[in-house]
Amino acid sequence: MTAFVTLEGEAVAIEAANVDTDQMIPARFLRKDRNAGYQNFLFHDLRQDPAFPLNGHAPVVLVTGPNFGCGSSREGAVYALVDAGVRCVIAPSFGDIFASNAAKNGLLTITLPESQLRAVRSELPGRVAVDLPAQCIRWPDGRTDAFEIDPFRKRCLIEDLDDVALTFEHRAAIDAFCARDRSGRLWAQPG
Amino acid sequence: MPKTLLEKIWDAHAIVTREDGASLLWVDRHFVHEGSFHAFGMLDHAGRRVLRPDLTFGVTDHYVPSHSRALPIADPEVAGMIDRLRGNARHNGFDLMDPNDPRQGIVHVAGPEQGLTLPGLTIVCGDSHTSTHGAFGALGFGIGASEVSHVLATQTIWQRRPHAMRIAIDGTLPAGVAAKDLILSIIGKIGAGGATGHVIEYAGSAIRALGMEARMTICNMSIEAGARAGMVAPDDTTFAFLAGRPRAPRDFDAAVAAWRTLPTDDDARFDREITLSAAEIAPTVTWGTSPETALPITASVPDPAGASDAAGRGRIAEQLDYMGLQPGQALDGIRIDRVFIGSCTNGRLSDLRAAAAVLRGRRATVPGLVVPGSVPVKRQAEAEGLDRVFLGAGLQWGEPGCSMCVGMNGDLVPPGERCAATSNRNFVGRQGPGARTHLMSPAMAAAAAIAGALTDVRRLA
Ligand code: SF4
Repeated sequence: MTAFVTLEGEAVAIEAANVDTDQMIPARFLRKDRNAGYQNFLFHDLRQDPAFPLNGHAPVVLVTGPNFGCGSSREGAVYALVDAGVRCVIAPSFGDIFASNAAKNGLLTITLPESQLRAVRSELPGRVAVDLPAQCIRWPDGRTDAFEIDPFRKRCLIEDLDDVALTFEHRAAIDAFCARDRSGRLWAQPG
Repeated sequence: MPKTLLEKIWDAHAIVTREDGASLLWVDRHFVHEGSFHAFGMLDHAGRRVLRPDLTFGVTDHYVPSHSRALPIADPEVAGMIDRLRGNARHNGFDLMDPNDPRQGIVHVAGPEQGLTLPGLTIVCGDSHTSTHGAFGALGFGIGASEVSHVLATQTIWQRRPHAMRIAIDGTLPAGVAAKDLILSIIGKIGAGGATGHVIEYAGSAIRALGMEARMTICNMSIEAGARAGMVAPDDTTFAFLAGRPRAPRDFDAAVAAWRTLPTDDDARFDREITLSAAEIAPTVTWGTSPETALPITASVPDPAGASDAAGRGRIAEQLDYMGLQPGQALDGIRIDRVFIGSCTNGRLSDLRAAAAVLRGRRATVPGLVVPGSVPVKRQAEAEGLDRVFLGAGLQWGEPGCSMCVGMNGDLVPPGERCAATSNRNFVGRQGPGARTHLMSPAMAAAAAIAGALTDVRRLA
């Protein structure tokens, strides 16, 4: 994962609501190894339509309709976005699993109200700048908007932390929980 | 302090809570499947191993062929996916239900069937329909590959406490109306993002009256409303289902005593409450490319002109275009090309019985595939003669797995064809590039097979 600080580049709009992860990466590509990159699978079938907004563009930012990334938990959807160079998605809302997959792979998800994004989408494609430390977006017309982000998620994006190592900092608490649990919930062990 | 079912399970599993509000939850059961290979790759890459193989369970479901269990598997990539999982199971020492195991099935069918899914547990899997397991009063939710890798290494997962929503459905479901119709109409009402960030507890007399398989159908599709999980409080129906299952607790009475303390307390508070009347639910189908496009079979496809803004008009028009439908067209009578009966939503015994009851003595006028959710479901269905009903009607009878729900094993709906399906997703390309999916109950899919069109099963009864 590449640590995230600021980025500037092209933003493209996807107007649709409920863009599911099956559309971002059709199921038949999920058996592929990551080594060669997932970029060619991104919106593979939708891209057959010449009018699909990503055709002819290589955006670093996507601005989309609500409930982006709903559906399947496939992390391949995030791999496809990241491998294609997308570093940030801005939407009114996200599928829960997609948003946490994104955070684990250095893809910043920003939530802003639909009323605000509707106007923004109509101005795109265009150049935008996203400053994560300052929590600020500059739109193509020069206007800026602040965004909220959970401080821990922000830190993970900037510092590229090892999740498992962080969790094992709580090893003593985990072990104590297990010891308590083993006697307290005998029924929870597989019979 | 009165607590909800969700809060009781949460509090019993939270090991520590971080300053940002996320809790480290203990994971009681972790299911993995062929698609989990990215997560095992991350684990290997970091030089780590599975911490608790005794709580990790492998199933083969997404890629297994449905036409035959003969070895070797013809498609080398599919065979490779299964081999990889087998290798990971052997290397890490966890139990695997491989394609020739008598317990094999779709993870959300096989887990409960084996008694691995129990009330009060936390259950995760790299699959969004893990919400199914909530039917037992467990907290089950889907996670991505990075999180799978974290659970493999630590048997824990960081989660923020979700909001709690209760959907209470009172009354009796009318004849010809199934759990699938109920959940589809709920999703139609609250939308594909209507429960984002929430765990839904389904309650009310209509839910209490449902068997475990019907409850699983409902919890299964919670994710299609954006919910993190769905749950039903455990009761005598739950305990009766679990008694005698292979991996159920040995001291079953003690377990039941613990489980009886789980249901939501009377005065517990929910962040959102919705009430519905079961009597108002009709057989339901979807017309578009999101499960939220669910409507009673007696309704018509919407007209973009009726939407309140340009974006709404565009979204309806786009879906009609993909689905090959006209604005205002009646749902009843839309011609179909094939049917698919199966999946973790509707591939259990009661689902197959419901479909067979409609098909018995009748002929399908379109091709179709019936795929049981697991080997035990298949065996029991065959013992009851259901396979002969399907074959006699002209449908195919497949080997257990995900099959045409997602097409990973090659069972695809050809481009432009319209499929009446009992699965859970009608997304663009879900059943294959250009495939058009209408979601419905097993009885409705059986009726569609006979009519060669979407139709109201109540007319066939
Ligand atoms: S049956 Fe379909 S939805 Fe269920 S686990 Fe398999 S692919 Fe996923």
